[in-house]
Amino acid sequence: MGDEHRISIWFFIGSLLTAYGVIIFIVSLPGLLNPAHEADVVLANLHAGVWWGILLVLLGLMYVILFWPFGKEKNESNEDAG
Amino acid sequence: MIGEAVSFLVFLAGSTSIVSLGWGDMLIIILYFALVLGIGYYLKNFTKTGKDFFLAGRKMTSWIAGLAFISANLGSLELMGWAASAYQYGILAAHWYWIGAIPAMLFLGIIMMPFYYISKTHSVPGYLKLRFGESSSMLAAISFAFMTVLMSGVNMFAMALVMKVVVGWDLNFSIWVSSITVMVYVVLGGLLSAIFNEVLQFMLIWLGALLVPILGMVELGGWSGMVAKIHQNVAGDYTHMWRSLGHFANNPMGINWVGIVFGLGFVISFGYWTTDFLVVQRVLSAKDLRSSKMAPIIGAGFKMFVPLIVILPGLIGLAVMPGLVGQSQAVATGAQSYNEILPLMMARYLGPGLLGLGITALIAGFMSGMAGNVSAFATVWTYDIYRPIHFSLTKKKATDAHYVRMGRWSTFIGVIISIGTAYLVENAASIMDYVQALFSFFIAPLFGTIILGMLWKRCTAAGGFWGLLAGMTSSIGMWIWVELSPSALSIVALSPDAKAMSEDMFRALWSWLICVAVTVVVSYMTQPKPEAELVGLVRGCTDLPSEGHLPLTSRPIFWAGIVFAVFIILQIIFW
Repeated sequence: MGDEHRISIWFFIGSLLTAYGVIIFIVSLPGLLNPAHEADVVLANLHAGVWWGILLVLLGLMYVILFWPFGKEKNESNEDAG
Repeated sequence: MIGEAVSFLVFLAGSTSIVSLGWGDMLIIILYFALVLGIGYYLKNFTKTGKDFFLAGRKMTSWIAGLAFISANLGSLELMGWAASAYQYGILAAHWYWIGAIPAMLFLGIIMMPFYYISKTHSVPGYLKLRFGESSSMLAAISFAFMTVLMSGVNMFAMALVMKVVVGWDLNFSIWVSSITVMVYVVLGGLLSAIFNEVLQFMLIWLGALLVPILGMVELGGWSGMVAKIHQNVAGDYTHMWRSLGHFANNPMGINWVGIVFGLGFVISFGYWTTDFLVVQRVLSAKDLRSSKMAPIIGAGFKMFVPLIVILPGLIGLAVMPGLVGQSQAVATGAQSYNEILPLMMARYLGPGLLGLGITALIAGFMSGMAGNVSAFATVWTYDIYRPIHFSLTKKKATDAHYVRMGRWSTFIGVIISIGTAYLVENAASIMDYVQALFSFFIAPLFGTIILGMLWKRCTAAGGFWGLLAGMTSSIGMWIWVELSPSALSIVALSPDAKAMSEDMFRALWSWLICVAVTVVVSYMTQPKPEAELVGLVRGCTDLPSEGHLPLTSRPIFWAGIVFAVFIILQIIFW
């Protein structure tokens, strides 16, 4: 396998951030929908998890799309990959 | 499979922890471990030669090398230690990020990288071998290897402590799981794997920790609200960078501006950022000279803002959670220690999922720090210690594949030694002071030797060796002196009001001065190398490629100027 086919680090990062964003959004939703389920933390009423989850998904998807490694003809630069 | 792992991890969480993690938090942690192991397995296909394993193929862009450069330093000490130091000493701790880093990083990029890069050295001891010969190289390599495994052990212990405090995991479990994970991915992918994970860690740390200062500022009503609250809680100046440094007794750190500017800002900072192979190795992986010069400058740009996620949480802690005590007092009384301030702040502000991300960021920081130490140890051991010994015994050069095998084995052994070190560190009273002492033993004199070797062509091999040895032994001697006779602190650090941090700064300064003085005297007494042998190694004997044809925005010096200007502005704002 040549270096030119190496998957970019940014693709790995994007994938992980997207997954993290989804998880954080899901576990934070109950607190948003029902105040009785709010987490026992300071400023829980701001629902930081919901907004941070959305931010992570958007950021992660941006990296996934920009550095999508499959089905591309071009030689992705190995510098980007590493 | 994941469900079983989650159940197992939940089972490990004890009743004494600050928080209990939910399924979302556990899933986030498990995904991180799965990804780093997967990346290691994937990258083993690209790690065939010694250049791949030890220098990541020398194909990194300036951005990747720059992010890895600061991430390798963004381990446990940065996150836990400096947040704790901010709680203990106030905003003075930010000096380690600004004057204690930025000028040195810019100096590395503009002045020193050309010689490291053009000489094609694989390591800092490797440069010493080219410039001064085997003796200096071996001395630096052995001391570096020793320091590196100690640092790695510190990282492991800090991580285990976080896991114990926050989620109640057993210390042994955390040390062994993190160590084995790091060992697997570095053995498989070498420096490339370490760099991939450092960039990943950089993102996780920012995204996992940034909410703490944001929510803290909201709670306290901004910077002025935080300062007012700190003044209510503690006496003394905890919120100014320079105005309390006129005398040792005027600030919580017990240091004066001479110690900060010359001890930290010059000797320790330049020593660490320009000669510690752990960080320099990342820059050596850059694809060309211009990238290798830009990498530390990019790193410096990001470094300036790390206090947002490390120092600010410590200060917020001082405002909202006063009364935390030092580690030894915490052990004696059962009170909570300020060494745990960062996880305490995470527990205060981060709800389900976010807490998992915050904890993962900490784990990533610790594991990345370990991986950085272990990969640097493997390189120095293999090329600078094992190779000359092997050659002197067998009188023949081994194959590249032989050295890659040795690199993998030394990674394995380095991790095992680090685990032993972690158990030693468990009983250390203060993690940060311990590491600072180590820095001043080795790093400060090494900077004296390398800077003279790079900039002064009259410097000789004997001068380099004896200067380095004198600097190191004098540093260790001063440390032992103060340990045996605490009153000696007033002599070493110039004041009876000086405290431990101040002692480290001044000991570094003295050991550097002794190293430089001995190097100069011995060099004038011995014969220098002919200039022809110094080409590519010494300024004045080397033609450096001109950057005059490049547009202004492509020149490293331009960006170094921008970063330096921002650095000055920050000093004025927080004066």
